[in-house]
Amino acid sequence: MRVHADQEKCCGAGSCVLSAPDVFDQRDADGIVVVLDTEPPAELHEAVREAAAICPAAAISLS
Amino acid sequence: MPIAETLDTTLDFPAARASGCPFDPAPDVEHARREEPVTRATLWDGFSCWLVTRHQDVRDVLGDPRFSADATHPGFPFLTPGLRELVDGNRSFLRMDDPDHARLRRMLTADFMVKKMESMRPEVQRIADELVDRMTDGRTSADLVSEFALPLPSLVICLLLGVPYGDHDFFQERSRVLLTLRSTRDEVRTSQQELLHYLTRLAESKHDAPDDGIISRLVARGDLVDTEIAATGRLLLIAGHETTANMTALSTLALLRNPDQLARLREDPSLTKVAVEELLRYLTIVHSGVPRVATEDVTVGGRTISAGEGVLCTINTANRDEHVFPDADTLDIGRDARRHVAFGFGVHQCLGQPLARVELQIAMETLLRRLPGLRLDIAFEDVSFRHDMGIYGVHALPVAW
Repeated sequence: MRVHADQEKCCGAGSCVLSAPDVFDQRDADGIVVVLDTEPPAELHEAVREAAAICPAAAISLS
Repeated sequence: MPIAETLDTTLDFPAARASGCPFDPAPDVEHARREEPVTRATLWDGFSCWLVTRHQDVRDVLGDPRFSADATHPGFPFLTPGLRELVDGNRSFLRMDDPDHARLRRMLTADFMVKKMESMRPEVQRIADELVDRMTDGRTSADLVSEFALPLPSLVICLLLGVPYGDHDFFQERSRVLLTLRSTRDEVRTSQQELLHYLTRLAESKHDAPDDGIISRLVARGDLVDTEIAATGRLLLIAGHETTANMTALSTLALLRNPDQLARLREDPSLTKVAVEELLRYLTIVHSGVPRVATEDVTVGGRTISAGEGVLCTINTANRDEHVFPDADTLDIGRDARRHVAFGFGVHQCLGQPLARVELQIAMETLLRRLPGLRLDIAFEDVSFRHDMGIYGVHALPVAW
């Protein structure tokens, strides 16, 4: 799994950080998403899929 | 209003909830979700718009930039006279589209991000404990709304914004008028002007005496005029206390009415985070729908919504959609409810949700831990529900312990 987050689309709601805190964080300056781990281990895949599903701005894509 | 497709039925909205089931959405809207999920509605002011009631359709509308949140469009549906006045008076970014919305919202995203809100836990916990100390001091009963549920988020948002909490009677009363369905236009206009005047003066005072609150920081940027700061401050102030206050009181009542779920949460407080998500789903206090207007013809749930037509997304029925939440009408504090849309969806999704979560988790955990004998102090039938308000909840919640 490869994780990509579009910082232009991100609205900073933070739901991804709550779903998968090992994979997503927010930039201190503006709260916009940063990906901590672009190829997370298998045990985190479900949480990452959930983060993508609930992202209000559809900013997270998985490949 | 142009109507692209004529439907036989139009639903009066907001529709009444069933007596005895005050936690459930109105039966007429639930019926629409099952039988005609995108349907016509007639609002309190005679205005006609579409209701979008299913989970997927609600997400489709709120996530689609062809639906505008700009309330200056003629087709925009207003839920209360007060909400119309909020736009006429001075629009906040809640009622703008990108790029204006994003420009103003991004000035605030850092203030509400998860890490920052998590770091406020000790402060929020201190406030919650002090409120319970005061409420229980020599007494065995109180109104949970006025003594705990409302002051907790009000104190916190005042702290974050740099608004003097001593003025809470002033802004809570004006906020109540703005969110009441039956307020007259004059009442609404006066409240709106007084609130904006207050916040404009407050912003001016921060020029000379800055503090570390959000209003001071917006002033210090130098690229916003005081009316923009006042509109933003008003949005944060109202949204920051009305929503969490009502969620706290209504959640407490819902748990008291579901003693098995209450016992489960008391036995295992580690369920609090999960339980709060389920309470957000089950109760969905933004019960009058999230408004948008179509800027192009768009097909939603098989219906064509024409450019210029208004839409209300009823997020409370979306959160009862059994295709997403099996046995959706049951409060199950152990279920994974994270796909709820209680905070909305799309780029306008609630900016303050990390704060709301921290406040609700601390409020519920503190109440259950500190008040093991908590019970309702009046008959359930006598509880006064906020059918008349844009944000649902209870007007008061007399409890004993």
